[in-house]
Amino acid sequence: MNILIKNGHIIDPANKRDGVADLLITNGKIAKIGNGIKEKTDIIIDAKGKLVLPGLIDLHVHLREPGREDEETILSGSRAAAKGGFTSIACMPNTTPACDSQATAKLILEQAKKNNLVNIYPIGAITKKREGKELSEIAELKDSGCVALSDDGDAVMDAALMRKALEYASSFGLPIIDHCEDKSLTEGASMNEGFMSTTLGLKGMPNEAESIIIERDIALAALAGARLHVAHVSTKEGVEIIRAAKKKGISVTGEVTPHHISLTDACCKTYDTNTKVNPPLRTQEDIEELKNGLKDGTIDIIATDHAPHLDSEKDMEFDSAPFGMIGLETALAAVALSLVETKLLKWSDIAVKMALNPAKIIGIDRGTLGEGKQADITIIDPLKSWTYLEKDIVSKSKNSPFLNWQFRSAVTHTIVGGRVLLSDGVLQC
Amino acid sequence: MKKDVKWTKKDLLGLEDLSAEEITLILDTAKSFKEVSERSVKKVPALRGKTIAHLFLEPSTRTRISFELAAKRLSADTIGVSGSNSSILKGETTKDTAKNIEAMKVDMIVLRHSLSGAPHILSKAVNASVLNAGDGWHEHPTQALLDLFTIREKKGKIAGLNVTIIGDIAHSRVARSNIWGLSKLGAHVTVCGPKTLIPVEIEKMGVNISYDLATALKDADVINVLRIQLERQKKGLFPTIREYIQKYGITQDILNKYAKKDLLILHPGPVNRGIEITQEVADGQSSVILEQVTNGVAVRMAAMFLLSQYKTGKA
Repeated sequence: MNILIKNGHIIDPANKRDGVADLLITNGKIAKIGNGIKEKTDIIIDAKGKLVLPGLIDLHVHLREPGREDEETILSGSRAAAKGGFTSIACMPNTTPACDSQATAKLILEQAKKNNLVNIYPIGAITKKREGKELSEIAELKDSGCVALSDDGDAVMDAALMRKALEYASSFGLPIIDHCEDKSLTEGASMNEGFMSTTLGLKGMPNEAESIIIERDIALAALAGARLHVAHVSTKEGVEIIRAAKKKGISVTGEVTPHHISLTDACCKTYDTNTKVNPPLRTQEDIEELKNGLKDGTIDIIATDHAPHLDSEKDMEFDSAPFGMIGLETALAAVALSLVETKLLKWSDIAVKMALNPAKIIGIDRGTLGEGKQADITIIDPLKSWTYLEKDIVSKSKNSPFLNWQFRSAVTHTIVGGRVLLSDGVLQC
Repeated sequence: MKKDVKWTKKDLLGLEDLSAEEITLILDTAKSFKEVSERSVKKVPALRGKTIAHLFLEPSTRTRISFELAAKRLSADTIGVSGSNSSILKGETTKDTAKNIEAMKVDMIVLRHSLSGAPHILSKAVNASVLNAGDGWHEHPTQALLDLFTIREKKGKIAGLNVTIIGDIAHSRVARSNIWGLSKLGAHVTVCGPKTLIPVEIEKMGVNISYDLATALKDADVINVLRIQLERQKKGLFPTIREYIQKYGITQDILNKYAKKDLLILHPGPVNRGIEITQEVADGQSSVILEQVTNGVAVRMAAMFLLSQYKTGKA
């Protein structure tokens, strides 16, 4: 099927393209970009006034399959991704069983193939059962399709084991994504430590629980000569440490989530468990530094940490509810609201942080609109107001702190390998 | 002016949410109810025909008895559910339990819960009034109200007094409610304990912090001595009970050395005699611990009465 996207503002930082043009897709690949393309195609998309970006890539998604298919499945998560403009997603290994073996990785990829929607890239567990005790069969995980390693949800607390993981993984070219949290400092805690946790009577997690492990991991990555990606940086200290490491030439990349740059711990005030997330929502001071980090390149990517949980699990006392919030369907709009509409970043920067850089980190040939590349494309209407309503959520779980928020940018089309999965905001799958 | 203040809230969840006028209204209302408990017939018909459920999902003796007596002296019908015999243990959530109780047409739910925020979640789920009888480390509004009532009765005022709260501030709902209530009514509050027991950024609540008992006692008109939970020592928040007593225990000796002669001593109970406070001081001239307990019933009658006013006002 051939598609012609007419008159869109094409933004492709990899090829330094930032202007209005037509884009032709044939046989699932980008055939041509130029003005006044007149090819006869099956589908013509009028993209006048819209932005045409490389398909968004999310390196931090919890798809819950296998194990918790009641919360999310690879299918429902893929549909939510398509709704949110993501053409590729990497899924975290904290499933049941954990993705610590070839068998689980293959199961995920088989399901993904059967669904044939967005591209799915499994992330393998660093350690067996994510227990932080013994390395998984890392080389075999790579051979079965894993693009990175992580024990996400937990840090590898044993420094010697983390060193070995970095060394061993780098032998096979896999980056390690660490969830940086010193558990001894966060035991029993359910939100950020600060004035809010003090008045709410909840145990807090200090910023240092994160920054201490970031600092340790960076030192170990340097020692091991390995690539480290720091997941969901939430603290100003974390940004400062990564900035300093990059200056020294250490191979580290950083990630922030849309919620950590949009919401503070003041949102926990009503004990709304949809605001309970790990790392926790921090303070305005942290948000400012996360934004500085995005601006100066310390933070390389934006990822959702989409973490579905059922109402029945979240509808609990704050301490009893699980951590996590969904994010696939609001990420782009939330990012636009806090970064683009405030003029902090340009849309081309968003294309870098949400497509180009994520592709580079996991080493996939995507994230650009070069001729001959896979036609993974996200079209955005930067002037479309919409309200995020529970009834419109595609994900199986509805745990979002953004419910009923009004946004001013919307994803209108998601095209994966030349297949239109979202058209004018309506899912086609 | 005072008479113009009306109760407008469905629930009593914490003192943080109340204005100085609302707090004063409860204290003034309690004053008239205190007299009821001193009669030979200790009952008024204020809440006749109302049903109050006491949902105590964390062990409590005095607070529970105090609430039940308060309800009965107002002529309400009461039922009690405690953690050990409720369906919470069968996996039902607090909210489910409460909604089921409410389905039997209960007007008010008094909730004691070990987790902060439980009454807030409940209050959104039910139409019945929710009265927080202590949630986690968050708030214990009626305890603070009875403390305020007792201080006001003994000192004639709250505004301008120096009140020091001593002990485990971090894990204390009594401390938080007291800080809100006392500050709103114009007292100067100091919290005192080792740094491990003082929560971060508490100074933003408008209190002074002292790690030294002698300093904290010096200008105090009132001290509120918190119960030290012995399990805190096991968690490493202080090295030994012995050292805690040496540095923060209230003894006659230290009072003689540093405290004002007319110092008022409160304790929310139950008292660990010989730990946070000596037997001698707990039973001494300055102690009003048992009067606090007496006033607790009056304050809870007032709270229940005012909450029931909200309901009738609506109907």
